[in-house]
Amino acid sequence: MNDHNEQQHTIIALVQDRPGVLTRVASLFRRRGFNIASLAVGASEQPGLSRLTFVVTGDQYTVEQATRHLDKLVDVVKVSNISGEDVVARELALIKVRATPSSRSEILEMANLFRAKVVDVGARSLVVEITGEEDKIDALYHLLRPFGILELMRTGRVAMVRGKAGGRISDDVGADSITIGRNGVAAQLAGSAPGHYEGV
Amino acid sequence: MEMTGAEIICESLLREGVDTIFGLPGGAVLPFYGALSGYPALRHILVRHEQAAAMAADGYARATGKVGVCSATSGPGATNLVTGLASAQMDSVPIVCITGQVPRPAIGRDAFQETDITGITLPVTKHNYLVMDVRDVAPAIKEAFYIARTGRPGPVLIDVPKDILAGEKIEFEWPETIDLPGYNPPGEPDPQQIAAAAQLIDQSERPVILAGHGVLISRAWDELRQLAEKAQIPVITTLLGIGSLPTDHVLHMGMPGMHGMAYASLAIDRSDLVIALGARFDDRVTGRLSDFAPHAKIIHFDVDPSEFNKNVVADVPVLGDLKAGLRALVNRVNSNVHLDWIKETDNLRAEHPSLFIRKSDVLLPQQVLKELSDETNGESIIVTGVGQHQMWAAQHYGYKEPNSLITSGGSGAMGFEVPAALGAKVGRPDKTVWSIAGDGGFQMTLCDLATAVENNIDVKYAILNNGSLGMVRQWQDFFYDKDFFSTIYSKNPDFVKLAEAYGIRGIRVTKQEEVAGAIQEAMETPGPVVVDFVVKEDEFVYPMIPAGESVHEMLEEPEAEGVVG
Repeated sequence: MNDHNEQQHTIIALVQDRPGVLTRVASLFRRRGFNIASLAVGASEQPGLSRLTFVVTGDQYTVEQATRHLDKLVDVVKVSNISGEDVVARELALIKVRATPSSRSEILEMANLFRAKVVDVGARSLVVEITGEEDKIDALYHLLRPFGILELMRTGRVAMVRGKAGGRISDDVGADSITIGRNGVAAQLAGSAPGHYEGV
Repeated sequence: MEMTGAEIICESLLREGVDTIFGLPGGAVLPFYGALSGYPALRHILVRHEQAAAMAADGYARATGKVGVCSATSGPGATNLVTGLASAQMDSVPIVCITGQVPRPAIGRDAFQETDITGITLPVTKHNYLVMDVRDVAPAIKEAFYIARTGRPGPVLIDVPKDILAGEKIEFEWPETIDLPGYNPPGEPDPQQIAAAAQLIDQSERPVILAGHGVLISRAWDELRQLAEKAQIPVITTLLGIGSLPTDHVLHMGMPGMHGMAYASLAIDRSDLVIALGARFDDRVTGRLSDFAPHAKIIHFDVDPSEFNKNVVADVPVLGDLKAGLRALVNRVNSNVHLDWIKETDNLRAEHPSLFIRKSDVLLPQQVLKELSDETNGESIIVTGVGQHQMWAAQHYGYKEPNSLITSGGSGAMGFEVPAALGAKVGRPDKTVWSIAGDGGFQMTLCDLATAVENNIDVKYAILNNGSLGMVRQWQDFFYDKDFFSTIYSKNPDFVKLAEAYGIRGIRVTKQEEVAGAIQEAMETPGPVVVDFVVKEDEFVYPMIPAGESVHEMLEEPEAEGVVG
């Protein structure tokens, strides 16, 4: 079901730093059948709260269900779907690429073109650090592939809406913030049709 | 005064107004029991199996509207709670569960009776806690009760390591506030949504109300009745909504869905507006979603935003407390009469009686329920498990009061009826409590008859004994070429002797003319009684809408001579 209109959505969740909070989130996505394309976690500007950036693949129905169920978790303070927003989105990757004395300079040149940094030089390899949107990382990866990729580590997307104030709990992080729990905002409840399934 | 974690739990439970705990001790939780024995205001009912503790807490919660409490030890004690927790989670029943855990230094080392119960119960609880500091005990309990009973209720489990129960003593301080920034249960609904709902209701010509468990949870039965009477709207109740309007009310239109009354399902099919009140459009209610209420707009009241558009898209979603929402709605809607529509629904009732009990030479299970309804004047609390007996109890008993049917609805847990009835009776000693069981479910939890005897919990057990897993057998008959593989219990115990072995009265009924007398005898006998109704083996529950089908594929009982139930 729901194989039409699949697309990627960026969801940001502010969560309490409590043991097991990641398990709760991961377990929820697994048991409700939502696919996480990437997940990045880190401290927020507020002590005791962390910020998670998810990239969820699915149609409108799936992403609505995912955000509402996420918002139901007691440890999740706030959920925003920022997909339609003007956002800054970044990912960091470390790429260990095979480098011989003859190929080293060519690799360095490519890294420079992408404003990537070489952060380690070994006898037979280089580690390149690159930050940017996913396509930029994909592009460098494809260019480096012919040299031989020994290891790749990507952080997953972190994202932030441009321009608005802080990101305090009370602030709107994005237009589609799920704050129905407090305000009963009806417009946010309108949604797309569920898929149908065979009888159980 | 300085207290251990165990004493803090007891003090905290008293602060939450707890009077009863269903449980069974073991090594890790023993310090809690040591403290509990010094708190006579906290009545502990010792069960024979932890599953009974969770299910009794469920029955207690539903019968009283309070939070049910159960406890168990670590490892297998805790895992035995899981089926009961899953049932409570599906049916939105507030329970707080306290489990012992191995001491903190032993956690993660595969210690004796160690189980990651917070991990295991993650999907079957509303929230859970592993308390790792004695200072967190009181706040965790206060939060747990708050989370369990507010918003959409549900079970909350608190796992407490043994060295916190019986370790460092601290000054007991009952927290005055709760700090849960991520938990904000909705309050009163948005007046704009109420206005939009009222407008749809005023414009509709063929409205129906679909009353779910939410009506009972938010204690909104008076408001439901006012709305139905003011706007003259037939009320259909889901399985868990039964009792939200008395069955004999003129606007009561039965239960819809797989084994609902045909007229109820047909009324939804023909309606132009479905007003769902605290109902979640379960597949057993809707059948094939694309054919559900095809001509109707949908108003959906729910306290849980994730229910909106989950199965059925709502034209007007109304988020918030149902009681407040209905009160506002009753004031907004116009008085109305839908004479043509009411006449049409009356015709549906006449054409599809659905509660027909045919003449038979052998005892039919439907007759038992019908006579039980008559003998108790529809005023007992009925507790069921899952299966044919559950559906007949939903169909043939005339419920007069809210919360008088307690059943494992969403989860469909066999054996629920034995312990949940104990909890219901403990919570409502003023009521007659009948546990309706199948012989299959009864044998899953019958060990807790001993709990009934030991604590003199006066539950009347009626077994509809067809010597088989009746509902499964019915599916085999209808959909699996009548291959009755593994559904026949050919060597059931003698339930009368079994009752006597537990020291209680056992009555066997095999003839139709014995039914009323046995029911009266059971009710006149003080204390628990088991009545073994030996009923027709291959009786079917009708009507039936096969899974994944619509009302148009409904199977109704073949015509026969009989009486309308």
